[in-house]
Amino acid sequence: MRWRVLLLALLVLAGPAWAELPAQCRVAAHLAEPNFPLPKVAQAVAEKKFNILVVGAGSSQLPGANGAKNAYPARLQQALADQLTGIEVKVATDVKSRRTAAEMVKALPSILAATKPALLVWQTGTTDAMLAVDPDQFSHALDTGINTAHAAGADVILVNAQYSPRTESMIALSTYSEDMRWVALQQEVPLFDRFSIMRLWSDLGTFDLYSATKKLDIAERVHDCIGRLLADLVITAAKPEEQPTNGSR
Amino acid sequence: MAPVSTERDLRLDLFRGLALWLIFLDHIPSNAVSWLTIRNYGFSDATEIFVFISGYTAAFVYGRAMRQHGFVIASARVLKRAWQIYIAHVFLLAIYLAEIAYVANSFDNPLYSEEMGVLDFLKNPDVTIFQALLLKFKPVNMDVLPLYILLLAWFPPMLWLLLRAPSIALIASAVLYALMWFFEWNIPAYPSGVWVFNPFAWQLLFVFGAWCALGGAQNLSRWLNSPILVGLSIAYLVFAFGIAMTWYFPRLAVYVPKFVGEAIYPIDKTNLDVLRILHFLSLAVITVAFVPRNWPALKSRFFWPAIVCGQHSLETFCLGVFLSFAGHFMFTEVSNRLFMHVAVSVAGIAIMVAIAALISWYRQAERQGGGPRPPAAKPGLAGGDA
Repeated sequence: MRWRVLLLALLVLAGPAWAELPAQCRVAAHLAEPNFPLPKVAQAVAEKKFNILVVGAGSSQLPGANGAKNAYPARLQQALADQLTGIEVKVATDVKSRRTAAEMVKALPSILAATKPALLVWQTGTTDAMLAVDPDQFSHALDTGINTAHAAGADVILVNAQYSPRTESMIALSTYSEDMRWVALQQEVPLFDRFSIMRLWSDLGTFDLYSATKKLDIAERVHDCIGRLLADLVITAAKPEEQPTNGSR
Repeated sequence: MAPVSTERDLRLDLFRGLALWLIFLDHIPSNAVSWLTIRNYGFSDATEIFVFISGYTAAFVYGRAMRQHGFVIASARVLKRAWQIYIAHVFLLAIYLAEIAYVANSFDNPLYSEEMGVLDFLKNPDVTIFQALLLKFKPVNMDVLPLYILLLAWFPPMLWLLLRAPSIALIASAVLYALMWFFEWNIPAYPSGVWVFNPFAWQLLFVFGAWCALGGAQNLSRWLNSPILVGLSIAYLVFAFGIAMTWYFPRLAVYVPKFVGEAIYPIDKTNLDVLRILHFLSLAVITVAFVPRNWPALKSRFFWPAIVCGQHSLETFCLGVFLSFAGHFMFTEVSNRLFMHVAVSVAGIAIMVAIAALISWYRQAERQGGGPRPPAAKPGLAGGDA
């Protein structure tokens, strides 16, 4: 598979659409392509007021005084604001570490009502994998969360777990990542495959994710790239003329 | 009802050996070489091959024992085997705990503060280790051996039934599988959730393997050679390959019609999805069609490394789990470049072959060296050596 991924990465590199990304993020750009449209986002962009809610656990934040500024939710806001000139982009966050999908779902209705987003970016899966939550309950929580957001008038993008090579032999992520993939396909919401993207970065040597560093520089660059790729996915999925057409419709 | 033949079918050893290699490659966390394993190109993976063949060999070995020495003796042998596997599992657990404790003390990257929480269980090892001994706490990639222990513990009555009324035994197994789906049976795990390989589901492949060993394969042979079945199998494998590609290239997902997606997802590994069974059966049909039982190449040097691993499957499996830990350690401490991934994968398989060959040689020497031999050959994980 890997050589094909490389080939595709090269093809994408040649495309002008990704020219504004820093090179280190760009190698994974093909993995951040949307497979489903985001109509509410398109509508919000047309109305020049675009509210986003990021719900997540510990891997959606960074420690330190500048943590909030450098974590991917803030980087997503920056990247969107740069590309969507003249549109008011606001990212609200509900991020607390060690939360399962079911716990996030409980808090969801009140936060959706308070922030009125056109898009919910929902990062989950790591805590469920660490606690070995029943996969059926996990899928059920994902379905409930997506339905809640849709009922509140928001599109959804799921974000799966981080690629964490050092702890990979200890956290059984694969079951939960697969569940997220199935739920995303069934619910027709894009999945931002953070795991595969970070794994590609690690394989290509873009970032050394094995590093035992206590410093924040790699973590900040990783979050910056995730924010940029997320922004590209959002913009591509929201563009009416570039919406992918589903073969069955 | 007699076994197909008393001569060992080398294809079983070959494919079990290959499955062991694939499981090893898949179990090294982050291993780039694992892209070549079958799980990336369809629905099923090496686990299905392994469970099926182990059921086959278990019936082959213990079925003979049950006919010759009766129910009690054969059952005692099966349970002794289950106990050996339990010991092997606990041994691997000790290595795993050592690895975790090492990571806990050496790694503190702020990007992964969330993930490090998985090490919290080291704070109360009393509960964790106790739950591990009860097979409720199972570290990542250590779910196969507990499944085997249960399947073997439950095998004697099943084998008894298989020897008397094979069709009824197979139907009973299928009914248990169906009831599992209907009532959502599984065994609870610690700290939460259920067993990753649901024994109520996976028993079906094990019993199907056993059924094939006890004459079922012979009854099926007329169907197995039909070009229609081979054609259908190829078509299904191509379909599964196409679907698998859409997982890696999101832009291809739009070509999957909505009704297909709704029909096939989720593809459940825990409960052994029907799509996975079909995928495995298709692979089996193709294999039987294109690799004849008496294919001379099976005795050639080329296939010997895989065959010798398949003949000592418990040892090779445990060694594979240990080597996958060691390989991961090499990635984190020495290098994680692609070269290292290839080197670790190749070296691991070479070590598995070398140890399997050593065991073979030792058994041979023991046999020739005189002294009283045990009454029957010592079986492998589920009768490997027989």
